[in-house]
Amino acid sequence: MKRKSIFQRMAAAPHIVWMVMFIVAPMLFVLYFAFTDDKGRFTFDNILSLSGYSNVFILSIAFALIATVICLIIGYPLAYFMSKASPRTRKLLMVLIMLPMWCNLLIRTYALMALLDNGGLLNALLVKLGLNKLYIVGSDFGVILGMVYDFLPYMVLPIFTTMTKLDKRYIEAAADLGCNSIQTMTKVVMPLTVSGVISGVTMVFVPSISTFYISQKLGAGKIDLVGDTIERLFKNTSTYNVGAAVSLVMMVLIIISVGIMNKFSDDDGGIIV
Amino acid sequence: MKKFLSSGYIFLIFAILYAPILVLIVFSFNEGGSLSEFTGFSFTWYKELFNDEQALTALKNSLVLAVLSSCIATVIGTFAALGLHHMKRKALKGAITSVTNIPMMNPDIVTGVSMMLLFVAIATFFKANNFMGFGTMLVAHTTFNLPYVLLSVTPRFNALDKSLSEAAMDLGCTPARAFFSVELPEIVPGIVSGLMLGFTMSLDDFVISHFVSSPNFQTLPLYVYNQTVHNVKFSMYALCAIIVATILAILLIVNFAGSMGDRRSRRAKGGAR
Amino acid sequence: MKRLISLSLICLMLLPLLFSCAKNETKGKTLYVYNWGEYISDGSEGTLDSNKAFEDWYYKQYGERVTVVYSTFSSNEDMYAKLSSGSVSYDVVVPSDYMIERLIDEDMLAPLNYEKIPNIVNLAPEFYGPDAEFDYYDEGNVYSVPYFYGMIGIIYNKTMVDKEDLGSWELMWNPKYKGNILQFNNSRDAFGTAQYKLGLDVNGSDEKEWRLALKELRKQKDIVQGYVMDEIFNKMEGGSAAIAAYYAGDFLAMYENNNDLDFFYPKEGTNLYIDAMCIPKSSKNKELAEAYINFMLSEEPAVANALYTYYASPNRVVRESAEYRAEMEGIMEGAYELMYDTADVKATAYKNLPGDQLALINRLWEELKSDIEISPVIYVLCAAIVIALASFGIFFAVRKKLRNNY
Repeated sequence: MKRKSIFQRMAAAPHIVWMVMFIVAPMLFVLYFAFTDDKGRFTFDNILSLSGYSNVFILSIAFALIATVICLIIGYPLAYFMSKASPRTRKLLMVLIMLPMWCNLLIRTYALMALLDNGGLLNALLVKLGLNKLYIVGSDFGVILGMVYDFLPYMVLPIFTTMTKLDKRYIEAAADLGCNSIQTMTKVVMPLTVSGVISGVTMVFVPSISTFYISQKLGAGKIDLVGDTIERLFKNTSTYNVGAAVSLVMMVLIIISVGIMNKFSDDDGGIIV
Repeated sequence: MKKFLSSGYIFLIFAILYAPILVLIVFSFNEGGSLSEFTGFSFTWYKELFNDEQALTALKNSLVLAVLSSCIATVIGTFAALGLHHMKRKALKGAITSVTNIPMMNPDIVTGVSMMLLFVAIATFFKANNFMGFGTMLVAHTTFNLPYVLLSVTPRFNALDKSLSEAAMDLGCTPARAFFSVELPEIVPGIVSGLMLGFTMSLDDFVISHFVSSPNFQTLPLYVYNQTVHNVKFSMYALCAIIVATILAILLIVNFAGSMGDRRSRRAKGGAR
Repeated sequence: MKRLISLSLICLMLLPLLFSCAKNETKGKTLYVYNWGEYISDGSEGTLDSNKAFEDWYYKQYGERVTVVYSTFSSNEDMYAKLSSGSVSYDVVVPSDYMIERLIDEDMLAPLNYEKIPNIVNLAPEFYGPDAEFDYYDEGNVYSVPYFYGMIGIIYNKTMVDKEDLGSWELMWNPKYKGNILQFNNSRDAFGTAQYKLGLDVNGSDEKEWRLALKELRKQKDIVQGYVMDEIFNKMEGGSAAIAAYYAGDFLAMYENNNDLDFFYPKEGTNLYIDAMCIPKSSKNKELAEAYINFMLSEEPAVANALYTYYASPNRVVRESAEYRAEMEGIMEGAYELMYDTADVKATAYKNLPGDQLALINRLWEELKSDIEISPVIYVLCAAIVIALASFGIFFAVRKKLRNNY
């Protein structure tokens, strides 16, 4: 074996430089800002002041958790039924589930809000039918609904992909060995699609916990999540430090929760997409 | 019966998923400025959209940014994959890969905020004003495109047959020449899909751009955001309708034309055998 | 094949781009303008596009092509954040009175050269000149030229609000309209509504008084639908909310689209504001910026802007224009009087406050925003999920162990 040439050894150098400058350095800046005051002195005040935001954190985690579970409950059967369709329909369904993913989140959230707003089409229809108006925008339910609506495709797609890759012979074997359809489902299909579920859960949970546009629109600026807090704190130069502290805590929270989720999967780590 | 239930379920979920978007599209043809009452069919808002210079500039900015950032990321990322492929120290390799993946794992808002802190620090250090804008956006987009490029190029490198490039070098090629004439053609599909992925990620990004842009340089998602926090012009609905239609067209063409191509090439291969 | 097609699609999308890039390069100087949203005539529905008109006028006058890059903000605080971060520079900004005071205090504005702004004579005497009374924020208008002014009032939907509840700030605290009230999403204006209601000084320095206002806002939080800014337009026009405090001129714009709306100035007093054009110190095109300010004071754009925003104009030429008066009356009977005959409305202006007090307001605002009640339903749901997950985990762990024992 020859020695590696300079070309081969240096090929990764630009990437490493870029990484240090634009991934590592910004993270260090978050750390720096989180532990200093506005004059650059070391302090724990920012972290300690976060106790005022404890409800914001609890609410964000709760919303993200609920939204993820609802997505899973709706998405898993959907992915299963979709995978049972004929190849041609399957392809079409796949396009249909991918379209919202490719479509900008802002547009979908805004469309949902416009539809559900107190003076929107849904309420206009309800009034016409002689029913009561539904006050969805500005409520907890509205924000969770927004999360489920926006991120459901992210749950369905990875599960759907693992299901289509599932070897059909396992299911046949299970049936041959006397499993009924429920047993086949719980003993064969579900364990074999865990990796899809894990990556789906990650892809719903992480954006849900950090969103600010959904709560801004469907919560009407009244329901404050961690994302809203960060966004607001970074609008004002004097609150950068507290903002950095909030971001840091959120990052740690996410690392922990993704770590827990990966514990659930038997194979090493979830596959993204 | 079972079949009926499952297709009913699929239909129901897709109907809910698409209702808001469809309402938006239908009402973009609404003559009057209302989202709850359809008064008449017209193209007024489309006409207005095409006269709206801000929207057109935003579209242009989005495309320039997406092309440039995905190209730069592809070049850096491909060489990085090459370098990593030839790298012997496992620990270093692992460290680089996991650092590269940070923007993919982190919530967008944290990435955006950290980049913003870096840029603000640089701007204050050099006393530069007008620092935010195209340049900072390009850096940020390139950075979050990098992991996707690596993700799609690295497997191609791992599948390479090492003896080929060694043979080329035995026959007198320099390592650089060997890379460009032997290895590169093999990994082109990976490069192309990395490029495409980066391009779409960049077109779609709102959160990171929100923090590192200036109001003077708007991309399409930022334009949509600014519309939805002000008095929404109805031309925005027209814009959304066009975006959705474009994405649907691309997805359909890529998937179905692609599958036809696949079948033909498969048949051709079968014939050759 | 799949990729070839997508690649060619990208190429197709890029074609128009190349053309537009080529076209752009022939343009000369660029003027960066930062203004409130919905605050300039933009050429929709056949009106004058003020920014384009300026470009054309400048070309005719000086034979040089310029480009106006126009962007918008939705609160003074947002504007200040962008300007003070130093990462962006503007040539013309249009903040409100108290924010201009702050910018002057922090030495961020450049004094204007009135030789380059001859149209300043168009301003009414109470806004510019020796008798000016509305230059409290910038004595002698050294740094700023008034653009529009107005007062805050309460907009309500006649079909949803009872007559006997009107007249006072109390309306925004009336539990009868729970879920139908919109509050400002910026600290100064939101605290202002509570302070006027309680009869407190909006520029007071007593922390206790600010805390009282915060208490009032907390009380209100249960019944408001949300904290919004310009989203108010769509919400009020579409009937999604019944009551909102906002700027008088914007009420007329909303009324045009929904005749069920009406407006009043609360009897306890309200806020008077003046938005004025200024040039930040960091501007690189001061003369061009002055030409822009001068142009906006001339009749055609001033009238067009006034008819677009419906805010009260400090410009004499606008007020005397017959076309302007007729159009104002055309929107709503008494529209002109609503904007200009305001002598009997009790109004005070916000003043810039010292740094530690701004920090206090910021803190109180954060307290208000982060004060969320978590409903028991959420707790129950979460507990159920966690218990389910835990028992799931334990079940599998136990089963695994049992199996391994075999």
